[in-house]
Amino acid sequence: MTVRRVVSATKVRRDEQGTMETRGTTEAELISRILVGETELFHELIRPYERMVYMTVFSVVKNEAEAEDGAQEAMISAYRHLASFRGDAKFSTWLVTIAINEGRKRLRKAKRAAEESIDEPTEGLEGEFTPALLTDWREIPSEALERKELREALRTAVAELPDIYRQVFTLRDLEELNVEETARALGIQPGAVKVRLHRARMMLQKRLVPFLKATAPSRGRWFGRAL
Amino acid sequence: MKLECKHVWEHISEYIDQTVDAKLREEIEKHLEHCEICSAVLDSTRNILVLTADGRTFELPVGYSERLHERLEEELKKKK
Repeated sequence: MTVRRVVSATKVRRDEQGTMETRGTTEAELISRILVGETELFHELIRPYERMVYMTVFSVVKNEAEAEDGAQEAMISAYRHLASFRGDAKFSTWLVTIAINEGRKRLRKAKRAAEESIDEPTEGLEGEFTPALLTDWREIPSEALERKELREALRTAVAELPDIYRQVFTLRDLEELNVEETARALGIQPGAVKVRLHRARMMLQKRLVPFLKATAPSRGRWFGRAL
Repeated sequence: MKLECKHVWEHISEYIDQTVDAKLREEIEKHLEHCEICSAVLDSTRNILVLTADGRTFELPVGYSERLHERLEEELKKKK
């Protein structure tokens, strides 16, 4: 099994991921110790995953307050059911699955109706996506994220993805789960993860490029420009 | 066989994830060498992924972590 990540995103987040991976052995130890009564260690166990759990619930409920409540509930549920964690999946995947379920539960409560089928996009599986075309694309430096309207545009574009695409995009590209882990957490086939991820990325490209292009300065002028 | 732009777009996501097979990868790379449009589509997609994954784009609510641990503490105490 190989873990594939977006090349450049890996660079940005390698340190964080590295920390999580080196925790591998201690994580199993922590879990055993919590289970025999050192419950305070649960704080330490979940600390690396606070963001992931919040983002996962948020990808389902799309509301900050609801996502925070849901994240708390998911963590409490993980604590209560810790003894049932078998260690055949990674702890992080197990936690994400709990978070997805918590999000879905909240959504059902709020909508009192079927959730996903409503948002199922109408394109067939062979549907084609035409990206936004451009020839003079320049990289938007990450300093640009200091600008509120750019962050807002990115958030809005992700929020407006159809539910099933946004959930896959969040787990794969924001939280860096691999295809198998994403499939397991969402209860879908790995093939569906790939198709949905491709579409999510293409939709974001199409949606955001005109915006980013309009905000990109001419070559060489970026750093001299007042932001 | 010469690859059309449309064909490259269909595989952009897999290309980014490095899951296309070696032969297709080579064809895509050959295409990218001379096609400015596809190169720009690829770069812009990658760039958007980096920007959306940046922690500043989706910020956690202020005080989220503190409230989470407080809530957990209540739960942990209950069990003792």
